[in-house]
Amino acid sequence: MKSQTIRRWSFIHTWSSLICTLFLLMLAITGLPLVFHHEIDHLLGDAPQIREMPADTPRMDLQQLVKAAEAHRPGEVVQYFGWDEDEPNGMYAFMGKTAGGDPNDTHTFMLDSRTGEAVETPSANGGFMMVMLRLHVDMYAGLPGKLLLAFMGLLFVLAIISGVVLYAPFMRRLDFATVRPNKSTRVRWLDLHNLIGVVTLTWAFVVGLTGVLNACADLVIAQWRNDALAAMVAPYQNAPPLTDRAPATRLLEIAKQTVPGTEPSFIAFPGTRFSSEHHYAVFMKGSTHLTSHLLTPVLIDASDLKVTAIVNSPWYLDALLLSQPLHFGDYGGMPMKILWGILDVLTIIVLGSGLYLWWVRRRAAATVNVGEAVQAT
Amino acid sequence: MTRHKKHPVFWKTFGKPTCIALLTAAGLFAALLGDGAWDVLSWIGMGIPAWLSIKGLLVRRRA
Repeated sequence: MKSQTIRRWSFIHTWSSLICTLFLLMLAITGLPLVFHHEIDHLLGDAPQIREMPADTPRMDLQQLVKAAEAHRPGEVVQYFGWDEDEPNGMYAFMGKTAGGDPNDTHTFMLDSRTGEAVETPSANGGFMMVMLRLHVDMYAGLPGKLLLAFMGLLFVLAIISGVVLYAPFMRRLDFATVRPNKSTRVRWLDLHNLIGVVTLTWAFVVGLTGVLNACADLVIAQWRNDALAAMVAPYQNAPPLTDRAPATRLLEIAKQTVPGTEPSFIAFPGTRFSSEHHYAVFMKGSTHLTSHLLTPVLIDASDLKVTAIVNSPWYLDALLLSQPLHFGDYGGMPMKILWGILDVLTIIVLGSGLYLWWVRRRAAATVNVGEAVQAT
Repeated sequence: MTRHKKHPVFWKTFGKPTCIALLTAAGLFAALLGDGAWDVLSWIGMGIPAWLSIKGLLVRRRA
Protein backbone atom coordinates (compact mmCIF):
# COMPACT_ATOMS: atom_id res chain seq x y z
CA MET A 1 0.00 0.00 0.00
CA LYS A 2 1.33 3.44 -0.93
CA SER A 3 2.06 5.78 1.95
CA GLN A 4 -0.30 8.32 0.36
CA THR A 5 -3.13 5.77 0.47
CA ILE A 6 -2.32 4.84 4.05
CA ARG A 7 -2.37 8.49 5.06
CA ARG A 8 -5.82 8.96 3.52
CA TRP A 9 -7.29 5.92 5.24
CA SER A 10 -5.59 6.93 8.46
CA PHE A 11 -7.29 10.33 8.21
CA ILE A 12 -10.69 8.65 7.68
CA HIS A 13 -10.11 6.24 10.57
CA THR A 14 -8.94 8.96 12.96
CA TRP A 15 -11.79 11.37 12.34
CA SER A 16 -14.68 8.95 11.91
CA SER A 17 -13.69 7.37 15.25
CA LEU A 18 -12.91 10.59 17.09
CA ILE A 19 -16.29 12.11 16.27
CA CYS A 20 -18.27 9.05 17.32
CA THR A 21 -16.10 7.82 20.23
CA LEU A 22 -17.81 9.66 23.09
CA PHE A 23 -21.26 8.66 21.86
CA LEU A 24 -20.15 5.07 21.29
CA LEU A 25 -18.62 4.90 24.77
CA MET A 26 -21.93 6.12 26.21
CA LEU A 27 -23.84 3.56 24.12
CA ALA A 28 -21.51 0.71 25.13
CA ILE A 29 -21.68 1.63 28.83
CA THR A 30 -25.48 2.08 28.95
CA GLY A 31 -25.93 -0.98 26.74
CA LEU A 32 -24.17 -3.26 29.24
CA PRO A 33 -26.90 -3.19 31.95
CA LEU A 34 -29.55 -3.30 29.22
CA VAL A 35 -28.24 -6.70 28.02
CA PHE A 36 -28.92 -8.02 31.51
CA HIS A 37 -32.11 -6.06 32.23
CA HIS A 38 -34.08 -9.22 32.96
CA GLU A 39 -31.57 -10.43 35.54
CA ILE A 40 -31.18 -6.95 37.07
CA ASP A 41 -34.97 -6.64 37.45
CA HIS A 42 -35.05 -9.96 39.29
CA LEU A 43 -32.13 -8.97 41.49
CA LEU A 44 -33.70 -5.64 42.46
CA GLY A 45 -37.10 -7.24 43.01
CA ASP A 46 -38.57 -5.20 40.15
CA ALA A 47 -39.69 -8.25 38.17
CA PRO A 48 -43.47 -8.76 38.32
CA GLN A 49 -44.46 -11.59 40.66
CA ILE A 50 -47.59 -13.39 39.52
CA ARG A 51 -49.45 -15.30 42.22
CA GLU A 52 -49.25 -19.12 42.32
CA MET A 53 -52.62 -20.65 41.43
CA PRO A 54 -53.77 -24.10 40.30
CA ALA A 55 -52.72 -24.76 36.71
CA ASP A 56 -56.29 -25.14 35.47
CA THR A 57 -57.48 -21.78 36.83
CA PRO A 58 -59.59 -20.26 34.05
CA ARG A 59 -58.49 -17.01 32.39
CA MET A 60 -60.53 -13.87 32.10
CA ASP A 61 -61.54 -12.80 28.64
CA LEU A 62 -59.87 -9.80 27.03
CA GLN A 63 -62.73 -7.38 27.60
CA GLN A 64 -62.76 -8.23 31.31
CA LEU A 65 -59.02 -7.53 31.34
CA VAL A 66 -59.60 -4.18 29.59
CA LYS A 67 -62.08 -3.31 32.38
CA ALA A 68 -59.57 -4.43 35.03
CA ALA A 69 -56.88 -2.25 33.46
CA GLU A 70 -59.21 0.76 33.30
CA ALA A 71 -60.19 0.24 36.95
CA HIS A 72 -56.48 0.21 37.86
CA ARG A 73 -55.75 3.48 36.02
CA PRO A 74 -58.96 5.57 36.07
CA GLY A 75 -59.10 8.22 33.37
CA GLU A 76 -56.65 6.41 31.12
CA VAL A 77 -57.16 4.19 28.08
CA VAL A 78 -55.53 0.94 27.05
CA GLN A 79 -53.07 1.45 24.20
CA TYR A 80 -51.61 -2.05 23.93
CA PHE A 81 -51.81 -5.50 25.46
CA GLY A 82 -48.65 -7.58 25.03
CA TRP A 83 -47.61 -11.15 25.80
CA ASP A 84 -44.35 -12.48 27.17
CA GLU A 85 -43.30 -16.14 26.86
CA ASP A 86 -41.70 -16.04 30.30
CA GLU A 87 -45.01 -15.36 32.04
CA PRO A 88 -47.86 -17.42 30.54
CA ASN A 89 -50.34 -16.26 33.19
CA GLY A 90 -49.53 -12.59 32.86
CA MET A 91 -49.95 -9.97 30.22
CA TYR A 92 -48.45 -6.52 29.82
CA ALA A 93 -50.83 -3.57 29.68
CA PHE A 94 -49.77 -0.21 28.27
CA MET A 95 -51.97 2.76 29.18
CA GLY A 96 -52.00 6.51 28.60
CA LYS A 97 -54.21 9.60 28.70
CA THR A 98 -55.03 9.06 25.02
CA ALA A 99 -54.53 6.13 22.66
CA GLY A 100 -52.10 8.03 20.43
CA GLY A 101 -50.17 9.76 23.25
CA ASP A 102 -46.40 10.08 23.54
CA PRO A 103 -44.93 6.57 24.10
CA ASN A 104 -42.67 8.05 26.80
CA ASP A 105 -45.76 8.94 28.86
CA THR A 106 -47.15 5.42 28.64
CA HIS A 107 -47.59 3.55 31.92
CA THR A 108 -46.68 -0.15 31.71
CA PHE A 109 -47.72 -2.83 34.19
CA MET A 110 -48.65 -6.49 34.26
CA LEU A 111 -52.13 -7.96 34.54
CA ASP A 112 -52.76 -11.40 35.98
CA SER A 113 -54.82 -12.95 33.17
CA ARG A 114 -56.76 -15.14 35.64
CA THR A 115 -57.75 -12.54 38.24
CA GLY A 116 -57.25 -9.23 36.46
CA GLU A 117 -55.04 -8.17 39.36
CA ALA A 118 -52.54 -5.44 38.42
CA VAL A 119 -48.86 -6.04 39.23
CA GLU A 120 -46.59 -3.03 38.85
CA THR A 121 -43.38 -3.25 36.79
CA PRO A 122 -41.45 -0.25 38.18
CA SER A 123 -38.41 -0.58 35.91
CA ALA A 124 -40.62 -0.19 32.81
CA ASN A 125 -41.76 3.26 33.98
CA GLY A 126 -38.76 4.87 35.62
CA GLY A 127 -35.69 4.33 37.76
CA PHE A 128 -32.12 3.37 36.86
CA MET A 129 -32.87 0.99 34.00
CA MET A 130 -35.18 3.53 32.36
CA VAL A 131 -32.43 6.17 32.53
CA MET A 132 -30.05 3.70 30.85
CA LEU A 133 -32.63 2.96 28.18
CA ARG A 134 -33.45 6.59 27.43
CA LEU A 135 -29.76 7.54 27.24
CA HIS A 136 -29.13 4.58 24.96
CA VAL A 137 -32.12 5.19 22.70
CA ASP A 138 -32.42 8.96 22.30
CA MET A 139 -30.48 10.77 25.06
CA TYR A 140 -33.85 12.30 26.11
CA ALA A 141 -33.89 14.22 22.83
CA GLY A 142 -36.64 12.42 20.91
CA LEU A 143 -36.34 11.83 17.19
CA PRO A 144 -33.38 14.23 16.68
CA GLY A 145 -31.52 12.31 19.41
CA LYS A 146 -32.24 8.99 17.74
CA LEU A 147 -31.13 10.26 14.35
CA LEU A 148 -27.95 11.75 15.81
CA LEU A 149 -27.14 8.36 17.36
CA ALA A 150 -27.93 6.67 14.02
CA PHE A 151 -25.42 8.97 12.35
CA MET A 152 -22.83 8.16 15.03
CA GLY A 153 -23.50 4.48 14.32
CA LEU A 154 -22.75 5.04 10.64
CA LEU A 155 -19.48 6.79 11.55
CA PHE A 156 -18.65 3.78 13.75
CA VAL A 157 -19.19 1.47 10.77
CA LEU A 158 -16.90 3.70 8.69
CA ALA A 159 -14.30 3.56 11.48
CA ILE A 160 -14.48 -0.24 11.43
CA ILE A 161 -14.02 -0.42 7.65
CA SER A 162 -11.10 2.02 7.61
CA GLY A 163 -9.64 0.16 10.58
CA VAL A 164 -9.62 -3.07 8.58
CA VAL A 165 -7.83 -1.34 5.69
CA LEU A 166 -5.17 0.03 8.06
CA TYR A 167 -4.78 -3.37 9.69
CA ALA A 168 -2.84 -4.53 6.60
CA PRO A 169 0.16 -2.16 6.77
CA PHE A 170 0.35 -2.39 10.56
CA MET A 171 0.42 -6.17 10.56
CA ARG A 172 2.70 -6.63 7.54
CA ARG A 173 5.64 -7.90 9.57
CA LEU A 174 3.72 -9.29 12.51
CA ASP A 175 2.01 -12.62 13.05
CA PHE A 176 -1.68 -12.66 13.86
CA ALA A 177 -2.49 -11.86 17.50
CA THR A 178 1.02 -10.63 18.32
CA VAL A 179 1.22 -8.52 21.46
CA ARG A 180 4.83 -7.44 21.79
CA PRO A 181 5.67 -7.75 25.48
CA ASN A 182 9.00 -5.91 25.56
CA LYS A 183 8.15 -2.66 23.82
CA SER A 184 6.59 0.58 25.04
CA THR A 185 3.10 1.01 26.48
CA ARG A 186 2.08 2.64 23.23
CA VAL A 187 3.15 -0.37 21.16
CA ARG A 188 1.40 -2.73 23.57
CA TRP A 189 -1.89 -0.83 23.21
CA LEU A 190 -1.41 -0.53 19.46
CA ASP A 191 -1.09 -4.33 19.24
CA LEU A 192 -4.11 -4.83 21.51
CA HIS A 193 -6.16 -2.26 19.55
CA ASN A 194 -5.37 -4.14 16.32
CA LEU A 195 -5.97 -7.59 17.80
CA ILE A 196 -9.21 -6.90 19.67
CA GLY A 197 -10.46 -4.62 16.89
CA VAL A 198 -10.01 -7.24 14.18
CA VAL A 199 -11.40 -10.24 16.08
CA THR A 200 -14.51 -8.43 17.40
CA LEU A 201 -15.12 -6.84 14.01
CA THR A 202 -18.14 -8.88 12.89
CA TRP A 203 -19.92 -8.50 16.20
CA ALA A 204 -19.27 -4.74 16.38
CA PHE A 205 -20.32 -4.34 12.75
CA VAL A 206 -23.60 -6.26 13.26
CA VAL A 207 -24.49 -4.55 16.54
CA GLY A 208 -23.57 -1.16 15.03
CA LEU A 209 -25.63 -1.57 11.88
CA THR A 210 -28.66 -3.09 13.64
CA GLY A 211 -28.43 -0.22 16.12
CA VAL A 212 -28.61 2.27 13.25
CA LEU A 213 -31.67 0.43 11.93
CA ASN A 214 -33.33 0.47 15.36
CA ALA A 215 -32.59 4.17 15.74
CA CYS A 216 -34.54 4.69 12.53
CA ALA A 217 -37.50 2.63 13.82
CA ASP A 218 -39.78 5.70 14.08
CA LEU A 219 -39.20 6.45 10.41
CA VAL A 220 -39.71 2.80 9.45
CA ILE A 221 -43.01 2.64 11.36
CA ALA A 222 -44.17 5.94 9.86
CA GLN A 223 -43.36 4.59 6.41
CA TRP A 224 -45.35 1.41 7.17
CA ARG A 225 -48.33 3.52 8.30
CA ASN A 226 -48.23 5.64 5.13
CA ASP A 227 -47.66 2.70 2.87
CA ALA A 228 -49.11 -0.68 3.88
CA LEU A 229 -51.54 0.44 6.59
CA ALA A 230 -52.88 3.49 4.74
CA ALA A 231 -53.87 1.37 1.75
CA MET A 232 -55.89 -0.95 3.99
CA VAL A 233 -57.73 1.74 5.94
CA ALA A 234 -58.38 3.97 2.92
CA PRO A 235 -62.12 3.03 2.78
CA TYR A 236 -62.47 4.38 6.35
CA GLN A 237 -61.02 7.76 5.50
CA ASN A 238 -64.37 9.58 5.62
CA ALA A 239 -66.04 7.33 8.18
CA PRO A 240 -67.46 9.07 11.28
CA PRO A 241 -65.36 8.78 14.46
CA LEU A 242 -65.67 5.49 16.29
CA THR A 243 -68.16 5.83 19.15
CA ASP A 244 -69.31 2.35 20.02
CA ARG A 245 -66.27 0.15 20.29
CA ALA A 246 -66.97 -3.57 20.10
CA PRO A 247 -65.58 -5.52 23.10
CA ALA A 248 -62.08 -6.97 22.80
CA THR A 249 -63.30 -10.40 23.99
CA ARG A 250 -62.85 -12.43 20.80
CA LEU A 251 -59.90 -10.61 19.19
CA LEU A 252 -57.36 -13.38 19.68
CA GLU A 253 -59.74 -16.05 18.46
CA ILE A 254 -60.47 -14.05 15.30
CA ALA A 255 -56.79 -13.36 14.64
CA LYS A 256 -55.81 -17.01 15.15
CA GLN A 257 -58.51 -18.13 12.72
CA THR A 258 -57.34 -15.57 10.17
CA VAL A 259 -53.65 -16.53 10.37
CA PRO A 260 -53.51 -20.17 11.53
CA GLY A 261 -50.34 -21.41 13.18
CA THR A 262 -49.40 -18.10 14.77
CA GLU A 263 -49.24 -16.78 18.32
CA PRO A 264 -50.28 -13.36 19.61
CA SER A 265 -47.47 -10.87 20.20
CA PHE A 266 -49.47 -7.72 20.98
CA ILE A 267 -52.77 -5.97 20.34
CA ALA A 268 -52.85 -2.32 19.34
CA PHE A 269 -56.10 -0.70 20.41
CA PRO A 270 -57.85 1.79 18.08
CA GLY A 271 -56.10 5.14 17.71
CA THR A 272 -52.50 4.08 18.42
CA ARG A 273 -49.67 4.34 15.92
CA PHE A 274 -49.84 0.59 15.26
CA SER A 275 -53.57 0.59 14.46
CA SER A 276 -56.08 2.98 12.92
CA GLU A 277 -58.86 5.14 14.39
CA HIS A 278 -61.35 2.44 13.40
CA HIS A 279 -59.42 -0.76 13.96
CA TYR A 280 -57.93 -3.07 16.46
CA ALA A 281 -54.65 -4.48 15.12
CA VAL A 282 -53.62 -7.89 16.45
CA PHE A 283 -49.96 -8.57 15.75
CA MET A 284 -49.33 -12.28 15.39
CA LYS A 285 -45.86 -13.84 15.44
CA GLY A 286 -44.76 -17.01 13.67
CA SER A 287 -44.33 -20.28 15.52
CA THR A 288 -40.90 -21.30 14.14
CA HIS A 289 -37.72 -19.91 15.61
CA LEU A 290 -36.95 -17.55 12.75
CA THR A 291 -40.54 -16.42 12.10
CA SER A 292 -41.17 -15.82 15.82
CA HIS A 293 -39.26 -12.57 15.29
CA LEU A 294 -41.56 -11.52 12.45
CA LEU A 295 -45.08 -10.11 12.83
CA THR A 296 -48.31 -10.39 10.85
CA PRO A 297 -50.79 -7.64 11.72
CA VAL A 298 -54.50 -8.56 11.48
CA LEU A 299 -56.66 -5.48 11.11
CA ILE A 300 -60.07 -5.94 12.78
CA ASP A 301 -62.90 -3.42 12.40
CA ALA A 302 -63.53 -2.06 15.89
CA SER A 303 -67.28 -1.57 15.37
CA ASP A 304 -68.31 -4.99 14.04
CA LEU A 305 -65.18 -7.14 14.61
CA LYS A 306 -64.98 -8.14 10.94
CA VAL A 307 -61.48 -8.73 9.61
CA THR A 308 -60.63 -5.83 7.31
CA ALA A 309 -57.27 -7.16 6.14
CA ILE A 310 -54.02 -8.87 6.92
CA VAL A 311 -51.60 -6.00 6.49
CA ASN A 312 -48.62 -7.16 4.52
CA SER A 313 -45.29 -6.71 6.15
CA PRO A 314 -42.93 -4.86 3.80
CA TRP A 315 -39.25 -5.84 3.67
CA TYR A 316 -38.15 -2.83 5.71
CA LEU A 317 -40.43 -3.80 8.61
CA ASP A 318 -39.13 -7.39 8.51
CA ALA A 319 -35.58 -6.02 8.46
CA LEU A 320 -36.31 -3.87 11.52
CA LEU A 321 -37.89 -6.77 13.40
CA LEU A 322 -35.04 -9.17 12.58
CA SER A 323 -32.45 -6.56 13.51
CA GLN A 324 -33.81 -6.34 17.06
CA PRO A 325 -32.57 -9.69 18.43
CA LEU A 326 -29.26 -9.11 16.62
CA HIS A 327 -28.90 -5.84 18.52
CA PHE A 328 -30.19 -7.00 21.92
CA GLY A 329 -28.34 -10.35 22.10
CA ASP A 330 -31.30 -11.99 23.81
CA TYR A 331 -31.83 -14.97 21.50
CA GLY A 332 -29.15 -17.44 22.55
CA GLY A 333 -29.57 -18.07 26.26
CA MET A 334 -27.42 -16.90 29.17
CA PRO A 335 -24.04 -17.81 27.56
CA MET A 336 -24.91 -15.48 24.67
CA LYS A 337 -25.77 -12.65 27.06
CA ILE A 338 -22.47 -13.10 28.88
CA LEU A 339 -20.52 -13.15 25.60
CA TRP A 340 -22.51 -10.08 24.49
CA GLY A 341 -21.40 -8.36 27.69
CA ILE A 342 -17.74 -9.40 27.20
CA LEU A 343 -17.71 -8.21 23.58
CA ASP A 344 -19.31 -4.94 24.71
CA VAL A 345 -16.51 -4.41 27.26
CA LEU A 346 -13.92 -5.32 24.58
CA THR A 347 -15.46 -2.66 22.33
CA ILE A 348 -15.04 -0.14 25.16
CA ILE A 349 -11.35 -1.19 25.30
CA VAL A 350 -10.94 -0.73 21.53
CA LEU A 351 -12.55 2.73 21.73
CA GLY A 352 -10.47 3.71 24.75
CA SER A 353 -7.18 2.45 23.33
CA GLY A 354 -7.92 4.21 20.04
CA LEU A 355 -8.41 7.47 21.90
CA TYR A 356 -5.21 6.87 23.89
CA LEU A 357 -3.18 6.07 20.73
CA TRP A 358 -4.41 9.22 19.03
CA TRP A 359 -3.55 11.33 22.09
CA VAL A 360 -0.04 9.89 22.50
CA ARG A 361 0.76 10.25 18.83
CA ARG A 362 -0.54 13.82 18.76
CA ARG A 363 1.62 14.73 21.72
CA ALA A 364 4.71 12.99 20.36
CA ALA A 365 4.74 14.78 17.03
CA ALA A 366 2.11 16.82 15.31
CA THR A 367 3.43 15.95 11.89
CA VAL A 368 4.27 12.29 12.20
CA ASN A 369 4.51 10.57 8.86
CA VAL A 370 2.23 7.57 9.05
CA GLY A 371 4.34 5.68 6.53
CA GLU A 372 7.43 6.08 8.69
CA ALA A 373 5.52 5.09 11.78
CA VAL A 374 4.41 1.92 10.10
CA GLN A 375 7.96 1.06 9.00
CA ALA A 376 9.24 1.62 12.48
CA THR A 377 6.88 -0.91 14.00
CA MET B 1 -5.78 -21.33 -4.87
CA THR B 2 -4.68 -19.01 -7.67
CA ARG B 3 -5.81 -16.11 -5.53
CA HIS B 4 -3.83 -17.45 -2.67
CA LYS B 5 -0.64 -17.57 -4.78
CA LYS B 6 -1.30 -14.17 -6.24
CA HIS B 7 -1.78 -12.43 -2.90
CA PRO B 8 0.18 -14.37 -0.31
CA VAL B 9 0.68 -11.21 1.75
CA PHE B 10 -3.04 -10.52 1.85
CA TRP B 11 -3.92 -13.98 3.14
CA LYS B 12 -0.99 -14.02 5.55
CA THR B 13 -2.47 -10.93 7.20
CA PHE B 14 -6.18 -11.51 6.68
CA GLY B 15 -6.48 -15.31 6.64
CA LYS B 16 -7.20 -15.85 10.34
CA PRO B 17 -9.26 -12.66 10.83
CA THR B 18 -11.44 -13.71 7.86
CA CYS B 19 -12.05 -17.17 9.37
CA ILE B 20 -12.98 -15.62 12.73
CA ALA B 21 -15.25 -13.05 11.08
CA LEU B 22 -17.10 -15.76 9.13
CA LEU B 23 -17.46 -17.95 12.24
CA THR B 24 -18.93 -15.05 14.24
CA ALA B 25 -21.34 -14.21 11.42
CA ALA B 26 -22.43 -17.84 11.13
CA GLY B 27 -22.93 -18.02 14.90
CA LEU B 28 -24.98 -14.82 15.08
CA PHE B 29 -27.24 -16.12 12.32
CA ALA B 30 -27.42 -19.71 13.61
CA ALA B 31 -28.99 -18.78 16.95
CA LEU B 32 -31.84 -17.08 15.06
CA LEU B 33 -32.75 -20.46 13.55
CA GLY B 34 -33.14 -22.60 16.64
CA ASP B 35 -32.18 -23.55 20.17
CA GLY B 36 -29.72 -26.14 21.45
CA ALA B 37 -27.01 -26.87 18.88
CA TRP B 38 -27.77 -23.63 17.05
CA ASP B 39 -27.16 -21.66 20.24
CA VAL B 40 -23.89 -23.54 20.80
CA LEU B 41 -22.71 -22.43 17.34
CA SER B 42 -23.30 -18.81 18.35
CA TRP B 43 -21.38 -19.30 21.60
CA ILE B 44 -18.42 -20.66 19.60
CA GLY B 45 -18.68 -17.85 17.05
CA MET B 46 -18.50 -15.20 19.78
CA GLY B 47 -16.37 -17.19 22.20
CA ILE B 48 -13.35 -17.28 19.86
CA PRO B 49 -13.01 -13.48 19.56
CA ALA B 50 -13.61 -13.07 23.30
CA TRP B 51 -11.01 -15.71 24.18
CA LEU B 52 -8.34 -14.36 21.76
CA SER B 53 -8.85 -10.81 23.06
CA ILE B 54 -8.59 -11.81 26.71
CA LYS B 55 -5.48 -13.89 25.93
CA GLY B 56 -3.93 -10.81 24.33
CA LEU B 57 -4.83 -8.63 27.31
CA LEU B 58 -3.16 -11.12 29.66
CA VAL B 59 0.25 -10.90 27.91
CA ARG B 60 2.49 -9.47 30.61
CA ARG B 61 5.42 -7.26 29.91
CA ARG B 62 8.80 -8.97 30.19
CA ALA B 63 11.59 -6.99 31.79
